[in-house]
Amino acid sequence: MQGERLGIGGAVVIQSGALDELIKVLAAEGYKVIGPTISDGAIVYDEIRQAAQLPIGWTDLQQAGSYQLQRRQDAAVFGFAVGPHSWKKFLHVPVLRLWRAQRQSDGSIGAATDPHPASKFAFIGVRSCELHAIAIQDQVLIGGTCKDPHYAARRDGVFMVAVNCTSAGGTCFCVSMGTGPRAEAGFDLALTELLDDGHHEFLVESASARGAEVIRQVANRPAQPHHRQAAAQASARAAAQMGRQLDTAGVRELLLGNLEHPRWDEVAARCLACGNCTMVCPTCFCTTVEDHSDLANGVAERVRTWDSCYTLEFSHLHGGSVRSSIRSRYRQWLTHKLATWWDQFGTSGCVGCGRCITWCPVGIDLTEEVSAIRNNQPRHGRPLFSVPSPQGKGEGEV
Amino acid sequence: MPEQEYNLQGADPMLPRFLRVRRAVVETHDTITLELDDSNAAPQFAPGQFNMLYLFGAGEVAISISGPPDDRQTLVHTIRGVGAVTGPILQLRRGAILGVRGPYGSAWPLHEVSNGGRDLLLMAGGIGLAPLRPVIYEVLRRRREFGNLTILYGARTPADLLYRGELAQWRMFPGVSVKLIVDRAAGVWSGRIGVITDLLRTVQFDPAETIAMICGPEVMMRFAYHELVRRGLAAERIYMSMERNMKCAVGWCGHCQLSPFFICKDGPVFRADRIQPLLATREL
Repeated sequence: MQGERLGIGGAVVIQSGALDELIKVLAAEGYKVIGPTISDGAIVYDEIRQAAQLPIGWTDLQQAGSYQLQRRQDAAVFGFAVGPHSWKKFLHVPVLRLWRAQRQSDGSIGAATDPHPASKFAFIGVRSCELHAIAIQDQVLIGGTCKDPHYAARRDGVFMVAVNCTSAGGTCFCVSMGTGPRAEAGFDLALTELLDDGHHEFLVESASARGAEVIRQVANRPAQPHHRQAAAQASARAAAQMGRQLDTAGVRELLLGNLEHPRWDEVAARCLACGNCTMVCPTCFCTTVEDHSDLANGVAERVRTWDSCYTLEFSHLHGGSVRSSIRSRYRQWLTHKLATWWDQFGTSGCVGCGRCITWCPVGIDLTEEVSAIRNNQPRHGRPLFSVPSPQGKGEGEV
Repeated sequence: MPEQEYNLQGADPMLPRFLRVRRAVVETHDTITLELDDSNAAPQFAPGQFNMLYLFGAGEVAISISGPPDDRQTLVHTIRGVGAVTGPILQLRRGAILGVRGPYGSAWPLHEVSNGGRDLLLMAGGIGLAPLRPVIYEVLRRRREFGNLTILYGARTPADLLYRGELAQWRMFPGVSVKLIVDRAAGVWSGRIGVITDLLRTVQFDPAETIAMICGPEVMMRFAYHELVRRGLAAERIYMSMERNMKCAVGWCGHCQLSPFFICKDGPVFRADRIQPLLATREL
């Protein structure tokens, strides 16, 4: 039997042991290889040099406000969902010096930015929801007329090795958001882990010339139709296991038409405004800046850090904060994710990864909040009011 | 610092240009106007746009441009000292250096007024006169393209009135009227006391031929808007300039979000029918 050939859109099969080769080939090509690894009781993304650093034989149990690692019965390499990290920590970094300025002897001021990192990233184990999240941050930070050069420099040329989920986590709902579980675009290689009857191998689909070039250097054999079938079945299994679901029909109009719904008070009574959800969210992009100065020698720098719309300072104006209540801050976050993101960027701001549910210390679940509003709309409440779209942009379709 | 640093300026929107203060005019006890020497030719701004001003080591603030749009050598900002950055800015004098990024944001739609020679009604509260001053300069410079210009300006006290010399000059132009009101006054003030909507009641305007532009505290703009609408002016002919916390001015930092808008790039100037429904919801 001939099987499939390598090339764009082609597929091969590699043994699980060949993952180590893949990592080494990428490193040899000059990439800084980042993948999932275990640290402090969680699966996080960090630089890896060998396959042994991957969370082999581990899974995660996730529920609202709860995350726990557990040994698996098998040696699955990617048998878990997503952890507290997302790839944004490498592309839209948490702390970044924007520039550094120095007073010159003539009193003038010169400012300079730091050089951008020299090496390109290779990300291993990017889930479909995460590919969507990266595409969303691309839209925010480099999709407009003004492009963030720091994000662009890190994002440019990333080698993406996607992993198609073969099981779903307890707080996953990518199927509702149309973002998974199978990776459709935005990767160079996509792995599907096939593990049964003593076989442990990966179907590797190539979506780019350099993807095909890299996998050619790893021991492989042609994929057969039964491998494709097994991969499709694994994706279908994951899709059927979603821990959560969110009815997105008309959700923009639903939320913007219920800005005074009593449920906002109810959730505000539980919400601690800690900002965890915004830190773990792979699409949240808000930042603030800090200014540091060393007045002795006239050096100053601006540092950009991730920020959260849950802080009181976030909307500070002289005279006080625009959103002084937790109710208004939770409402801002949720309506931005699911409603006004459409107006601004033409997509949802939520990819259904479930991180905000898992990492909320009090277990607030946005899917539950949306359905509470949907299922309990005051009969004589205010009429739906339609929020206008920004000039020059079409009405967001939901 | 290495020479190449300036090559990055075109590529990095976060890097300020550093300009020297050519003249500092102390307007009131808490407000200063700084004229920055920009003889290396700044990008031209439109009335209503703003810059991010950076004070060395202290931070950055969004400040509207308040000078004449046809002066390409000078950038003028009027700043009220209310915070950790604007407070120390009050102390700057000739020769001091400020970082500048911009101009950013949307502009007052002067073409809507000049197109057909319509009348223009300006309503300003407090520091809100500063973002409207470039409009006044343009209307006076191109006087024949515009109809009547009415400037209604309210301040807390007579001592808080900005641009007092110019206010007197402006009202000398044909077809220009300037009316002032203060919240409270002691001593020599012989003018009106009250709020700006009181001033509006003293003015006649033709709703079919007038464009209104409002800038001031949000509560003042809401009341002014409602009074204008009550007087028959269509919401589509009313514009207002919004203020929110801003860190980046280009839509990346999220701070200035107001429902579907980023004030920094969709605003700060909005047509009232687009923004007004949002102002009606508290803490949006």
